[in-house]
Amino acid sequence: MKIMRKYAIVAVLVAGVAGLSVRANADTLLSLPAGYFNKPAVIAGAKLFARHCSACHSVQSLRFNRLASLGMTKAEIQKDVMLESGANYLQGMQPAMTLAQAKGWFGMPPPDLSHMVRNLGAGFIYNYLQSFYWDPSRPSGWNNHLFPKVAMPNVLQPWSGIVTKQGKVIEPGRVTPAAFHKKVADIVAFLRYASDPSVFTRYKLGGYVLGALIAFSLIAYWLKKEYWKDVHSDSAKHKK
Amino acid sequence: MATFGDWLNKRFPLRELMREHLTEYFAPKNFNFLYYTGSLLLLMIVLQFVTGFLLMAHYVPTSQDAFASVQGIMYDVRWGWLIRYMHVDGVSLIFVLLYLHIGRGMLYGSYRKPRELLWIIGYTIYILMMGEAFLGYVLPFGNLSYWAGMVITSIIHSVPFVGPALSTLARGGAGIGTATLERFLALHAVLWFWILAAAIFIHILALHQVGSNNPDGIEIKDTKGADGHPLDGIPFHPYYTVKDIFGVGVWLTIFAAIIFYAPTMHGVFLERTTFSPANPMVSLPDVTPPWYLAPFYAMLRAVPNKMAGIVLMAVAVVLPFFLPWLDRSPVKSSRYRPVYRIMILVMAVTFFTLAWVGEQPPLPKYFLLERAGAAIYVGFYLLLPIISRWEPTRKVPDRVTS
Ligand code: HEC
Ligand code: HEM
Repeated sequence: MKIMRKYAIVAVLVAGVAGLSVRANADTLLSLPAGYFNKPAVIAGAKLFARHCSACHSVQSLRFNRLASLGMTKAEIQKDVMLESGANYLQGMQPAMTLAQAKGWFGMPPPDLSHMVRNLGAGFIYNYLQSFYWDPSRPSGWNNHLFPKVAMPNVLQPWSGIVTKQGKVIEPGRVTPAAFHKKVADIVAFLRYASDPSVFTRYKLGGYVLGALIAFSLIAYWLKKEYWKDVHSDSAKHKK
Repeated sequence: MATFGDWLNKRFPLRELMREHLTEYFAPKNFNFLYYTGSLLLLMIVLQFVTGFLLMAHYVPTSQDAFASVQGIMYDVRWGWLIRYMHVDGVSLIFVLLYLHIGRGMLYGSYRKPRELLWIIGYTIYILMMGEAFLGYVLPFGNLSYWAGMVITSIIHSVPFVGPALSTLARGGAGIGTATLERFLALHAVLWFWILAAAIFIHILALHQVGSNNPDGIEIKDTKGADGHPLDGIPFHPYYTVKDIFGVGVWLTIFAAIIFYAPTMHGVFLERTTFSPANPMVSLPDVTPPWYLAPFYAMLRAVPNKMAGIVLMAVAVVLPFFLPWLDRSPVKSSRYRPVYRIMILVMAVTFFTLAWVGEQPPLPKYFLLERAGAAIYVGFYLLLPIISRWEPTRKVPDRVTS
């Protein structure tokens, strides 16, 4: 009975904490495929990002040389991510255009994407990049279901094709929808890595740390039991 | 042979201190898992001090560079991410422990005579900890930091007469900027922190004067053996030192699991809006406090009038100070007070519900919940003097049950 009560209290507390951790997400339409986040996906995403996004967006906090920890070589990083643009290998990722140019073209500088995944959520960005539709009333010709009147054009048009607000296909994408989803998921994987580059080290190290701490706890438990033997026999004595 | 120990003890009361506080300090033998919380809080405070010190080595308290310097710690400083996650998640875990610790005190009547002062010192620590957490919250200068700083200093602003001067003093000017960060850092790391540390020291001294309560709410000092030691007491060392070491092991395992696998706890321990830089031009749709302050924020919002809301919140924060005198029952522990036990359970559920609703955007559909929560919270303290007088109690045994 006592044990039951203890568990009931713990259950209530756990439920409370779990309730706190469930946050309403933006109306998620597509969900990211399970297991989309791994080193090969991040590397593929970094290359796609360099080609399609880095003209406008910086990733200030992430230095190019950091990508070497994913297993990329310096030559590979320079060729596929820095695009032989003369950027500095030791510096954060900078956009090709200047702030003034950006203001002139879009009315606002494209935001830095270093922490965007943690700010908006990976799921949101995954959907945002696939929610562009054709809207001739916009200066860029593009609008977005999740971000109405967005200043960013649909840079992924070759893959997504051109679709109207109602979903009518004006021009089909050059890749299958499945391939499109995969490429966007890779870009999101890269942005997730960029928002927290310690992630793979953490996952790997965590196992060892937890193992050591659990071993420590077991030894401590055994020690406690040894010491407390005489407390329990003492109380038996008192009762007699 | 005169040993170094003798030499030392002639000049410093090390042996006496050990005796008085460890080997001949007697604690009840029937502690349950809630009694780990005190030693774990001590551990966590020390960890906060160490990780905070390391963070300070790289932090720049200017409105220009604060955000970037914190990101530099996360991205470029070796093991910086570990240090920062420990410090940030440490805060939330300290509040988890504090709520268990306070809840334990309420469950077993640990606030009752002769522990009234111990309770008051403890609750003062809790209030100081809320201040310490707020000061730290502003430092990384994410957008949430900025707006949280604005909201709290504007609450200070509405204090009658001295408010405007006080809020200017807190901000170091008209707005939140470098001057604010500089003084918040000085407070967070030096003055406020050491007042907190001193309060914790006094808390332990007061505890050792009266001795621990226990889940049965029985004074072990009332039943002493022939040797003058409490029959139900055991020396703190070695029994509770080994037990607490086991508690530390389990606790650090939980802590490490969070740091390594869920350091933001899905945006609860490290909120989403802390990941964009402070920007006075981009106001946040809803500035909600961290989960551990949210219950009080929910009560603030429960009243449409700002001033009345602030008063309600202040009352809610202050009420627990009076607990030792509001409770009139002859019995301490809720184990032998069925009605009081239900009240505590309702209170716990209410508190976590308020924490949840305080995190939600300010929508009319939550008003009812906020008001009901505030009413139950305040009602608990107002009804306790009446209910505790007539509530039936069960027979309290003479000796602790194990
Ligand atoms: C032609 C320049 C340009 C390119 C290329 C570009 N963007 Fe953008 N992006 C912008 C602008 C401008 C904004 C600001 C939109 C606004 O606030 O209206 C933006 C905003 C965003 C946002 C923030 C959306 C929000 O809800 O706040 C994300 C995420 C984003 N871009 C991702 C990407 C990704 C990923 C790529 C590469 C596939 C990319 N962008 C390529 C110009 C660009
Ligand atoms: C960082 C903050 C705190 C630290 C480090 C701390 C430390 C401790 C320690 C080491 C103990 C003895 C071990 C135990 O009983 O768990 C204790 C007991 C106690 N504390 Fe705290 N405490 C803190 C905050 C508080 C707060 C906020 C309150 C109350 C509002 C409080 C009230 C008490 C009471 C009443 C006891 C005696 C409990 C009993 O004997 O049943 N403490 N504290």
